[in-house]
Order: sequence, then structure tokens, then C-alpha cells
Amino acid sequence: MIDALRLYAHYVRASVRGQLQYRASFVMSAIGTFVITMTESVAVWALFERFGQLRGWTLPEVALCYGMVSISWALCDALSRGFDHFAELVGSGDFDRLLLRPRPIAFQLLAQELTLRRIGRLVQGVLLLGYAAGAIDWTVPRALLLVAAIASSACAFLGILVLQATSAFWTINALEVWNAFTYGGVTMSQYPLAIYRSWFRALFTFAIPIGCTIYFPAVAILGRADPLGTPAITGWLAPLAGPAYLALCLQIWTLGVRRYRSTGS
Amino acid sequence: MTPYLAIIGARFRMLLQYRVAALAGVWTQVFFGLVLVMVYEAFYRSARASAQPIAFAQLASYVWLGQALFAMVPWNVDSELRAMVKTGAVAYELCRPVDLYGLWFARAVAQRTAPLVMRALPLAVFAAVILPALGLSGWRLTAPPSLAAGAAFAAALVCAVALACAMSTLINIVLLWTIAADGVVILWTTAVSLGSGLTIPLPLLPDGAQAVLRWLPFAGVFDLPFRLYTGALPAGALASVLARQLGWTVALVLLGRRLLARGLRRIVVQGG
Repeated sequence: MIDALRLYAHYVRASVRGQLQYRASFVMSAIGTFVITMTESVAVWALFERFGQLRGWTLPEVALCYGMVSISWALCDALSRGFDHFAELVGSGDFDRLLLRPRPIAFQLLAQELTLRRIGRLVQGVLLLGYAAGAIDWTVPRALLLVAAIASSACAFLGILVLQATSAFWTINALEVWNAFTYGGVTMSQYPLAIYRSWFRALFTFAIPIGCTIYFPAVAILGRADPLGTPAITGWLAPLAGPAYLALCLQIWTLGVRRYRSTGS
Repeated sequence: MTPYLAIIGARFRMLLQYRVAALAGVWTQVFFGLVLVMVYEAFYRSARASAQPIAFAQLASYVWLGQALFAMVPWNVDSELRAMVKTGAVAYELCRPVDLYGLWFARAVAQRTAPLVMRALPLAVFAAVILPALGLSGWRLTAPPSLAAGAAFAAALVCAVALACAMSTLINIVLLWTIAADGVVILWTTAVSLGSGLTIPLPLLPDGAQAVLRWLPFAGVFDLPFRLYTGALPAGALASVLARQLGWTVALVLLGRRLLARGLRRIVVQGG
């Protein structure tokens, strides 16, 4: 384990050094991500400006959900480039090289790159949390729950990307399908899960637990009653869903690796 | 004219090859459309609906038109052209016996319309036929309120394509300045997404912002044709819409040609 961490740190250092070689390009795309994500949050502000509230939710409360999902997606997005671009490895046959190395493949993919420019979205998420913080009655357990929920959601997002990579063993043409769950998950979690229809809530609670790992903890952090009527303990247990989902996805991934046949080129 | 038509045809046929990817794209747009419709519905139920500048049924149609015609919005650069500039293969483009601006404009026409053929129709069928069949007729894409509104939309849509291609070509030309291009493209994407109504339907923005955005070129690609379709803008406003679209198209084409001429004077082809 220590050995794996040391190796990972080594990979990360190399990746960071590599990205900083193109400093202007890095700064530009980090600022770009920030500007684009901020524009999206301005759109949410504009909606509240016009409508006042969203089914009983105020702008700071929505900003908490939005900030949480932005940060967790930024973290996952920075870590998961290896999985996100996995189809290219399969298509080119370069995946074979990974199979030859004496380390777990999931580990090698995770260690491919730490994408620094995602910091643009991270900063946007932190700003949103800062805005939301005024509406929250902070306690130590609530602060810890916030951290746990963000980590858990990042795991859940990573799980989706592991599934996306797994699907590349079958087809490398239809990967955009997964954008509905990753980018779609980000978009839908910006707003409280309670505003959606029940079938949609069920999808994002059980099949893809992004709604579960953002919304229920957010309700607990805000200290308000859940309009969906779940007991108060739900929010405190919800962060368990993310790591469990990731573990499940990694099991499915192992099945996919087993049926891999090289393109031979 | 013939070589340009041939280029459009060839690019068009090439882009039509990616059918499975297009189907995957349709699924993603359906998904985003559903999320947006649910969010706006929740907002409309949170305030007096009659106080809103556009009715919810019109807004739902606006959202679905946006999803169906998403590929038309010139928010991204032509990735092949970007690669050409980076690798130096752009030199071959300079050798071709056609006007370079015309060549790139023809590429843009194919890039902006080929995905529409594969994506717009399935999405329209989903939003107009399948949604009501699922008992969600409140969310559906409704037909234009009158024949005049439909005809005005069709006319504005054709001009929107011309405008989108002029915008696309302009941003592709900026790629010739490799070093500054990244920053310009980012600002461009932001301006296009917000100004066209892609990020949020323009009728929902604060009135002050709308008053400005309505006159910029971005609104002509998306928002103005959609308002004609839903009847939020009366069909009588067509002349004003077309004037804005065509005025901007001419201005952007002239700007693009100038920039290209300047870019070619100072271009240093990369690689050996």
C-alpha cells in the first residue's frame, strides 16, 4: 500500500511537471474552465432573480448543492483522465502495454495524469460554498459531513467513469452515452433532488448515486427537514454510497478486462 | 461555386459516417432536455406563471429546439483544422486552387449541418411524439401556433445556419494565431453559450441583459428563430430578425476574410 502510494506520488509529480511545461496553455485553460463554470452559476442566479425561490429552496441552499457537486466533479475529473480516455488505449492497442506491467490496471489508469486545469471548476465550487456558508449553522459534525459527502460524490463520479471505460471493451463508438450521467449528473445535482419526478430521483439515488451523495448530506448540513420525508439519519449515512458504488464498478471493470482481446495492431 | 459544393458534399458524407456516435449524442441531449424541462417547471411552479415573459409550454418547446439544434451553435472550433495548424499540415490547405476562406466556410457548413440531419429529427420525434405518449404532454415540443410562425421560423433558421457558419469560420481563422488562440476560443465559447440562449433561454435573463444580447450576433443563431417558432416573437418581427442575422453574417464574413488575409501574410508553418 505504502509502495503504491509512493509510486502514485511519483507518477503525479511527473504528470504535473509535464503539464507545467506548457504554462501559458495551462493557465489559459484553467482560467477558461473558471470563466465558463462561473457563467453557468450566473445563469442560476438569474433564475432566482426572476422566480425568487425554487419550490421552497433559497439561492444559498441551492448554492450548497451546486458547490458540492462542482468540487467533487472537479476532483474526479482531475484524477480520472486515464479512464475517460480509455477507449483510445483500446482502439490503438496501447492497452496491451498496461497489461504487461506488474501493477493493477485500475491503478495505472488512475496514475496516468492529474489534470491540473480542472482547478478552474474547483475554484468555482469553493466560491459557491463560500456563498452558501452564510446560510448554514456550522458545527464540527456538519463540516465533517460536507467533506465526506464531497469525497463520496467524487468516488461515485469515478465509478461512472470506470463503467464508461469498461464499456469500451464492447464498443468505442457510443461513449457519449455516459456524458448523460457524468455531465448530466453535475447539471441535475446543482438543484435539490426533491424538485425532480420520482422515477428520475430513483435513477440518481440507486442506479447512479450522485443525487444520493449530494442531496441527502446537503439536507443534513442545512439542518432542514427533507421534503421527501426521509428520516434525519439518511444524510449522515448517504456518504457510504459513493465508495460502495466505486467498489462495485471496479468489480464490473475486472470482468471487462478478462474478456479483452487486443486489436493486434 | 462547384468546388465549394463538392467540398460541402464530401465533408457532409464523411460526417454522416458517425451514426452510432450520433445516436449516443441523441440520448445525451434527450437526457439534458428532460433535466432542463424539470428544473424550469419547478421554477415556474415556484412563482406566478402569468408574471413570466414566456409561457412554460413555449419555454419547453424552446428547450427542445435547443437540444435538437445544439450542433448548429458555433461554440467549438474545427478540431481537424486545429490539428492541421499544429502539425503544419495547414500548408496543404494553402496550396489548394480555391479561395481559402470559401474552403473553410464550406467545411463549416458541413460541420454545422451534418449533425443536424442525424440528431435533430430523432430529438424532435422524441419531444413531440414520444413525450406525450408517455403522459408528459406538458413537457412536449408543440407545433408553431400558426402557419406564419412556422414559415418565419424556417426562414430565420436558414439565415441562422449562414450566420453560424460565418461565426464558425471566424473562430477557426483565429487558430492561425496559435499562441493567443486558446484564450480567445474560451472567451468565444462563453460568449456564444450565454448570448445564444444555450446556457439559459434568453427570455429568462434579467431584462437589462436581454436588451443588450438581443442585438449581438449570438442571439441570431438560436434565440431569435426559437422565439419566432414559439410565437413569443410575432411572425411580423421576421424582417427585423432577418436584417440582424444577415447584417451580422456580412460583417463577420468581411472580418473573417480580413483576418485570414492578415494571418496568411505572417504565417510560419510549423514542423518540417
